[in-house]
Amino acid sequence: MKTINHRLLYLIIIVVILIGIITLIAMKGPLAPTTVQITQLKQSDLKPALFGVGTVEAQRSYTIGPVRTGKLQQLLVDHGDKVIAGQFLGQMDPVDLKDRLQSAQLNIEKNEHLVEASQARLDEAKSRYIQAKHEDKRYRDLIKKKQVSRELAEAKATDAIAAFEQVRAAEANLEGARHDLQRTKYDLKAIQAQLDDLQLISPATGIVTAREAEPGSLIVSGTTVLRIIDTTTLWIRVRVEQRDSAAITTGLPAKIYLRSQQDKALSGKVARIELIADNLTEERWVDVAFTQIPEGIAIGTLANVTLYLPVVKQAKWLPAAALQHHERKTGVWLVRDNKAHFVVVKTGTRTLDGKIQILSGVTADDIVVSYTSKPLIEGQRLKVK
Amino acid sequence: MISLAYRDVSNSFGRYLLTGIGLGLLIGVTLTMAGVFRGMVDDGKALLRYADADIWVVQQNTLGPFAEPSSLPDDIYRGILAINGIRRATNVAYLTLEVSYGNHSVRVMLEGIDAQQNLMHLTAGRPVMQSHYELVADERSGFKLGDRIPIHRHDYEVVGLTRGMRSPSGDPILFLPLKDAQEIQFLKDNDAVFRDRAQLEANPKLNPTGNPALLNAVEQSLFSNHRVNTVLVQLMPGANPRRVADDIEKWLRLTAYPKDEMEEILIGQLIATASKQIGLFLVILTIVSAAIVALTIYSMTQTKLKEIAVLKLIGTRNGLISRMILLEAIGLGLIGFLTGKLAVTYWAPLFPKHIVLLMDDTLRALLITMIICILASFAGIRAALRIPPGSAIGG
Repeated sequence: MKTINHRLLYLIIIVVILIGIITLIAMKGPLAPTTVQITQLKQSDLKPALFGVGTVEAQRSYTIGPVRTGKLQQLLVDHGDKVIAGQFLGQMDPVDLKDRLQSAQLNIEKNEHLVEASQARLDEAKSRYIQAKHEDKRYRDLIKKKQVSRELAEAKATDAIAAFEQVRAAEANLEGARHDLQRTKYDLKAIQAQLDDLQLISPATGIVTAREAEPGSLIVSGTTVLRIIDTTTLWIRVRVEQRDSAAITTGLPAKIYLRSQQDKALSGKVARIELIADNLTEERWVDVAFTQIPEGIAIGTLANVTLYLPVVKQAKWLPAAALQHHERKTGVWLVRDNKAHFVVVKTGTRTLDGKIQILSGVTADDIVVSYTSKPLIEGQRLKVK
Repeated sequence: MISLAYRDVSNSFGRYLLTGIGLGLLIGVTLTMAGVFRGMVDDGKALLRYADADIWVVQQNTLGPFAEPSSLPDDIYRGILAINGIRRATNVAYLTLEVSYGNHSVRVMLEGIDAQQNLMHLTAGRPVMQSHYELVADERSGFKLGDRIPIHRHDYEVVGLTRGMRSPSGDPILFLPLKDAQEIQFLKDNDAVFRDRAQLEANPKLNPTGNPALLNAVEQSLFSNHRVNTVLVQLMPGANPRRVADDIEKWLRLTAYPKDEMEEILIGQLIATASKQIGLFLVILTIVSAAIVALTIYSMTQTKLKEIAVLKLIGTRNGLISRMILLEAIGLGLIGFLTGKLAVTYWAPLFPKHIVLLMDDTLRALLITMIICILASFAGIRAALRIPPGSAIGG
């Protein structure tokens, strides 16, 4: 009796161990069903958005430098100074321009004198002519009375004509002198304009962001000496993927995180959508204006910008994790009779927090696999967690 | 019928069980080694499996992107798409680096890929939805959802977790947007950028007076990266991979590997020496295990020689004695095998590298164990049968 009991006991123990091991292998081994988590089609408003990175830039920025090559004589403003439109900022060395201006001034004066001299000569010629004319007339009268010889009268007539020609010559002379005067006046103006041009004048009200040369330096024409930006036009030039950019319109609200204040969300809106896209990076540029420009923000600061596209009302959606590729088709895995079944779906908009609009392929009753510990195959046994 | 084996075992069940378990642990080590070997091969294939590409396009005359470095311009995929028979071409950048988070530092492979074209199974979270600064991590990296991992200049948020995504060398993979990966791959530290800029500015050819725009252009082209490591190509149904790969090589002057050739590179070249090493070790371990199992069973019989002589003396048939030894050997083998299998199942996940326990391997191990036990019991049986019954009462 005792042996039988022992025997039974050992047998039971061995059977239990065997069953335990086999179940363990079935549960943990390759025969085990795959554990999945499930979800179902939901319906709510979807708020799609686009994410882009950009840098703070000024919409209006100005570079100021000389038109002519020369030496920088003085520069009155420095990095960070506020300037107003029309403000005198600095000047290039005029070298000989001032002397040339003086010379031009004197030239004008000389020409004025010359005009005066020509005028005097004209007056003299005119009075000579009047006299010659009178004499000519008197001799003609006398010849009628036959009191003078014909030769004498003709000589007087010739004198009168000559005097007239002298008047004409003096008139032309005067005109020439006047033109000279005019020309020298223009010369003076031109030199004055050149002198004015050496002044660096602020084209706008703003702030100096760079002083790139110091007085005494040689500046080649076209080189930047000062940079000025209009701080009221600071915005963010954002790069967004071309793929979804068609939905962007001006005025869309945006949330901005500056790298300098990573925890503070700033608001803004799309101010301009640039018409030229980058064909290499497949991105395009969107300019986002701040609702209120933050104080002390640096140009070139990196910013993360989220653009909020119009809300899709009452859309049917699934978590994005449910969307899978299977045999090169896009769809979701359904749980049917504890087995995996793949259906192809058509998707619509997607949100940044991981919701994907489902246009067709899944109904509200379907049980959809959201998470799985390994890739699924058609007909695989599933265990819902 | 009397079961001698049963009576003998129940007589000293504890010792028998312990011997079995001891053998089992040895078998477990052998199975683990087989798992390590399979794991290495599987690691090599895992990437190919989930990349789901028919053709891998890499830099000309390289074995890239894993066995050799490979670099392609990232707009070449448009040229590839123009070739007949191609359905999809995806840019991918790979980069292995050490990533630290908190006190935790882990070697990972970054894979930069377009998230919308790379849908994978997740175990938590969501796929990458943003165009920058998000990543999906393999669970083995140890990262949790919501962790913000600093990589070079930016922080990347872990938004999703996946399982079984390993590089050919077994490192967990982090998936992030392609542009971020390109930046990480290329980005220099600030000091290097500063030095490079200073050098450019000092070079009168690149920074000529009167053309300040040139320097900007040079800097822009120098401090940006438009290269990828490979382009994954999927074919239209019915297209011949070898022919399309030839077209790509011929017209785009690149190198293209159909999937099976890529597998050959990964398995045959990248991990060839390592897997051979493990393979040889496995063979030696199997032989050693077999020898120990055989010796254990043989010596178990040897310790019972006196009792067997007594059995013979009282007239027990030889068959009965042989059956006892055979059954005991098989029992020992079974206990050992089950212990080993259990041990492997439990300790395999503790290994830092991926271990694959194939059903085939398990069955093979069972078969080998049984054969060895039976062979060893023959030696025991032979010794038992040769013992004269008289020795039971002799010295």
